[in-house]
Amino acid sequence: MAELRMVQAVNRALTEAMAEDPAVILLGEDIGAAGGPFGATRGLLDRFGPERVRDTPISEAGLVGAAVGAALSGLKPVAEIMFMDFITLAMDALVNQAAKARFMFGGQRGVPMVLRTPHGGGLSAGPQHSQCLEAWLCHIPGLKVVCPATPADAQALLRSAIADPDPVVFVENKALYAMKGEVEDAPEAVPIGRARIARAGRDATIVAYGAAVHWANDAATTLAADGIEAEVIDLRSLQPWDESTVLESLARTHHLVIAQEAVEAFGVGAEIAARMADIGFDELDGPILRVGAPFTPVPFAKELERAYRPDAARIAAAVRRTLD
Amino acid sequence: MADPLALFRMMLTIREAELALSRLFADGEVPGFIHLSVGQEAVAAGICAALGQQDSVASTHRGHGHALARGMALEGFFAEVMAKATGLCRGRGGSMHVADLQRGMLGANGIVGAGAPIALGAALAHRTRGTDGVAVAFFGDGALAEGTMHETLNMAAIWRLPLLMVCENNGWAEFSRSDTQVAAKLAAWTAAYGVRHVEVDGNDVTAVTEAATSAVAALRRGEGPRVIEARTHRWRGHFEGDPQRYRDPEEAGRMAEQDPIARTRAALLAAGTAEAALEAAEAETRDAVIAAIAAARTAPPADWMAALSGVYAPVEV
Repeated sequence: MAELRMVQAVNRALTEAMAEDPAVILLGEDIGAAGGPFGATRGLLDRFGPERVRDTPISEAGLVGAAVGAALSGLKPVAEIMFMDFITLAMDALVNQAAKARFMFGGQRGVPMVLRTPHGGGLSAGPQHSQCLEAWLCHIPGLKVVCPATPADAQALLRSAIADPDPVVFVENKALYAMKGEVEDAPEAVPIGRARIARAGRDATIVAYGAAVHWANDAATTLAADGIEAEVIDLRSLQPWDESTVLESLARTHHLVIAQEAVEAFGVGAEIAARMADIGFDELDGPILRVGAPFTPVPFAKELERAYRPDAARIAAAVRRTLD
Repeated sequence: MADPLALFRMMLTIREAELALSRLFADGEVPGFIHLSVGQEAVAAGICAALGQQDSVASTHRGHGHALARGMALEGFFAEVMAKATGLCRGRGGSMHVADLQRGMLGANGIVGAGAPIALGAALAHRTRGTDGVAVAFFGDGALAEGTMHETLNMAAIWRLPLLMVCENNGWAEFSRSDTQVAAKLAAWTAAYGVRHVEVDGNDVTAVTEAATSAVAALRRGEGPRVIEARTHRWRGHFEGDPQRYRDPEEAGRMAEQDPIARTRAALLAAGTAEAALEAAEAETRDAVIAAIAAARTAPPADWMAALSGVYAPVEV
């Protein structure tokens, strides 16, 4: 058992995967000598050498395209996009190539690659370094999308992502990189697609992922002081997502709130709400409510970003509203 | 060096297959969009003749010739383009996505400029695994306007990867003359990255094969990427059904004079190959195409249930 920061848990998963399998290589901007902008790849160049830890030029389209070609050719590349905002430049490689190869080549081969990228705000990084764009990717058949909320899940899910035979986008919340948590020395595997009940409760279900899991936990603590027991589900995987765990919880609590850091409109929460309004309709005793960011770019100024970001208070208010 | 008669047969196979596709398309037996490489066969045949089993090729939307020259079987090819379950891609990709991964053919591609970084990744895989394999990225002169081309050559150059970029320079960027679209000449562009550029008559299959053989040998020696520019002609429109109002009708005559297949045939005859041997090759390739089409016609249609479960790898239980 070790206490690791989230970014160290990512580093550990990369180290373990590379030590076990020579087919695992890393590609990304400044991931080598610099160790990555957030330190996720620190030490890996020294340990595994420049052939397996490739510092790429500032060429997102090219490096993700190269990851696709390498994956089709028998490697298991893990590409890093420095900020999720820059994924826009690599969308062809991800959406038209990686996501479709298995299907459009009739199953001849898959694309076993991982694209790691940090999302999220709270750092005054401004409109082009703070976005949560995961909903776009969840909309693409052929991609898997994962977003851990704890160091233990970051380690375990990244191992699962690298082992996966299909392309996985591994979204890391940059505000959580410094968060500490226990990671077992030989942790159990966490399969992609399985949620975790972060806190049990009987009165309402809060579904969240990434940083919003922690806001949801804080909201549940606040609500508990008023005798409201909220259950918090950490989705962990967004595509595929764990419909049955959410439905089972809803069947106990009969109230559902979905919280996300991303823009609320057309987001992950919208999909979960729509599905639960369908298959969970008979269980609902109140409206399904979403808590997410407003329909604006992420602002720079601290006071603006504070106003922009969802938080525990908004989630608690939503729970009270649906219980009302 | 490849056997000239084998190159002749490969070019014939591509030509016969594509002319047959043109007829099948007109008759409604091939759905969707098809882009033919008629007139450009010497480039596909010549480049692929220089490659070995372990090498990789990433192609373009005009990729039938590359797939066939890489050894994709006519049966799987026609069944795919005719949307059958027996297609090599099970009828899910069609003309723009013909691929044969077993033969290192990483796919035709519906996105201009997208194949180059994929070939770069294949070259990276060859390097990382310590093989002497090489990767080829075919591209058209119009694709030079795409950013991925620059990113790819830059990365290949700084890492000295075994990547051969082959420009099929037919003068056209879809419906526009490429010289109205791209400011850089390919030779100067290549030189800017410190990479060696070779220009070759793309209608001369022997010249293409020689240039490719020399470049591939250099790649296998670890000398870094190379660019071959093969000047050739696109006899057909951008896609089948393109009325080509943007084209000078006299161009057709000039193109026919440089027909790579007619030129190779004449050269073979002059070098002593018997007329009967050439006619036999012609008859055999035509028969092979006819047989593949007949097989595709009787094959079952693409299977929806199989497609539905083909998006991801099966989940292990």
